[in-house]
Amino acid sequence: MNVALFIPCYVDQFYPQVGIATLQLLERLGVQAVFPMEQTCCGQPMANAGCEADSIPVYHNYVRTFADFDYIVAPSGSCVYHVRKHFNIIEQTPAVKHVRERTYELVQFLTEVLGVTSVDAEFPYRVGLHQSCHGQRGLRLASDSEMSPSRDGHLSRLLKQVRRLELVELDRYDECCGFGGAFCVSEAAVSARMGQDRVADHVKNGAQVITGGDVSCLMHLEGIVRRQKLPLRVMHIAEILTATT
Amino acid sequence: MLQRLRLYRISETIFLQNLTHMTHAQAAKRFTADVDRTTWHDGALWFVRQKRDRMAYSLPEWEELRELASQIKNHTLSRLDEYLEEFERNATANGIRVHWAANAQEHNEIVLQIIRQHNGKRLVKSKSMLTEECHLNPFLIKEGIEVVDTDLGERIIQFNDEPPSHIVLPAIHLKKEDVGQIFHKHLGTPEGASDPQFLTETARQHLRGHFVAADVALSGVNFAIAETGGFVVCTNEGNADLGVTLAPVHIASMGIEKMIPRLDHLGVYTRLLARSATGQLSTTYTSHFHRPRPGQELHVIIVDNGRVEQLGRPDFRASLKCIRCGACMNTCPVYRRSGGHSYDYTVPGPIGSILSPNVDLKKHSTLPFASTLCGSCSDVCPVKIDIHVQLYKWRQIIGGQKAMPAGKRVGMQLLAKVLARPRLYARLGRVARRMLASTPSALTHNGTINPWAIAREMPEPPKQSFREWYAANQK
Repeated sequence: MNVALFIPCYVDQFYPQVGIATLQLLERLGVQAVFPMEQTCCGQPMANAGCEADSIPVYHNYVRTFADFDYIVAPSGSCVYHVRKHFNIIEQTPAVKHVRERTYELVQFLTEVLGVTSVDAEFPYRVGLHQSCHGQRGLRLASDSEMSPSRDGHLSRLLKQVRRLELVELDRYDECCGFGGAFCVSEAAVSARMGQDRVADHVKNGAQVITGGDVSCLMHLEGIVRRQKLPLRVMHIAEILTATT
Repeated sequence: MLQRLRLYRISETIFLQNLTHMTHAQAAKRFTADVDRTTWHDGALWFVRQKRDRMAYSLPEWEELRELASQIKNHTLSRLDEYLEEFERNATANGIRVHWAANAQEHNEIVLQIIRQHNGKRLVKSKSMLTEECHLNPFLIKEGIEVVDTDLGERIIQFNDEPPSHIVLPAIHLKKEDVGQIFHKHLGTPEGASDPQFLTETARQHLRGHFVAADVALSGVNFAIAETGGFVVCTNEGNADLGVTLAPVHIASMGIEKMIPRLDHLGVYTRLLARSATGQLSTTYTSHFHRPRPGQELHVIIVDNGRVEQLGRPDFRASLKCIRCGACMNTCPVYRRSGGHSYDYTVPGPIGSILSPNVDLKKHSTLPFASTLCGSCSDVCPVKIDIHVQLYKWRQIIGGQKAMPAGKRVGMQLLAKVLARPRLYARLGRVARRMLASTPSALTHNGTINPWAIAREMPEPPKQSFREWYAANQK
């Protein structure tokens, strides 16, 4: 199995540890993923801002970079959702169709492709899982409260396998964190308030760590946690699934 | 680079000044500035959303109902002309007088004409978002007609001279203390009185006189049934029924999208509507009107006002499936924290943000961006409108027509150019991280230059990007 790692631009620049954990996690599960250097970004920042036409060269760069791999795995549900959903505006060549079908969010790849049901990790903390909307409602990686009282999903199922990890129940199971790409600056007041409310839910319910499958939400929440100097850590799920004590 | 940033700021300022009203972000900023009120507003609407959830979960066939409701509406919209004509035929045969209005002006004039024909002076109205959309009240008042909104929430905001902030809960932005003040001013209740039961009783007594004296009563329409030529009005307070039962003339205003083909279809929608709107099994009153009662005149005004244009847009046609339950507002994390007035459109929230650009793209160009695209609206929608998908599509149209600040547009073009060139991207990334690390925090965290910093620390730039680590550590 020929697997490529897609480390989205802002993860590459600001959260290399997430990329490293992703690589390690895959390695432990027997997957030797490679990181093609020609990759940059999925094009979502421009597209969500209403400039998807400008993103087309970025889409083509993505397709060129990853067309020869069986699977493309990224630690970010939002970018994966963008590739799958919004690469529809370029010509649907076999290569384009291929990368759209074969780009997977990390936990989705572990669960749906590798069939992973347990992980060898230990993490003795109370953890709050932030359901990132594009993973949850976009890729349907978890049930959502609009449609079902179930609180089940790929990420929570794997987290429950981690030894000594206690998953805390949040008041609002799947409220958006308010990052939203350019929204975080164009609607800064509402974005900030949403993030503060999201963090407060974790604090109220005793979480020591906030985790999730999308670094963008986590970057926003971490920014708030650090501004408020709260005793909380913010970590990507790959960092927890590779944790040992 | 700073100079360029400043230029963008200036261009954005010019863009914003050219808008004659506040952008959503500006209005939302003002709303969120009152932290406690924002908390209360968010909580009040979340409470309604949770009530809706319990109702939805209690029906095993919920998703099936949504799908059915969606398909019936899709079908109806695909043959809307036929169903409207069928409705007109059957309604006319029942003795209802049917009028057609191409726009708000025509609608308002038809209403006025009917009132004048009966030498009417006093109109009571139950809830109708369409008449809000048409600005009927100011039009009639200017013509010397007394207009009284009889829905409690509507009456409160009518006193307060402001538009509804929610389509189902028009005064949800006001607390009971606010209502107490308004009633003190307009109805002479004791200052500081805010007991809801007392205030409601006062409103009942006040409204009773207007009900009895009304010459004409106007209602909205929730569903018009082509097969029977009748229509259905769903309310909770009984004000629509009291108004139209007492007055010798009943006018019902409806948008063309209110059609359903058959009476059999009605149950699908009444089951979804009240559950989605307020978490009730059904509305307190679900009133069927099929013909005028003896001695009464019954008019139906069928209004286009931009709907046909929206019907002609394949990407946005589905927005006309909306049954106005308001669930997308209650669920929207942005709406809950910015208030309905921040949208500056008759229908606020997610559904309003896909309807309003059809009416005036430039004026409402910031609304499709007043969303994180979280998708909750689409999943809560009882008729499965793909709201967040349409928000994304409106953004592209706004971007394509350059109806956004030039700074943002140029910035995005530059960003795209960098991200399409892997080596340039890697180099600039390294430079940007170093700059961020070496620039004083007072500058990087200046909220005017960097709105991120109003509430958030910037990520701490690592020495190595992932790709640099990979190049150094992997072969």
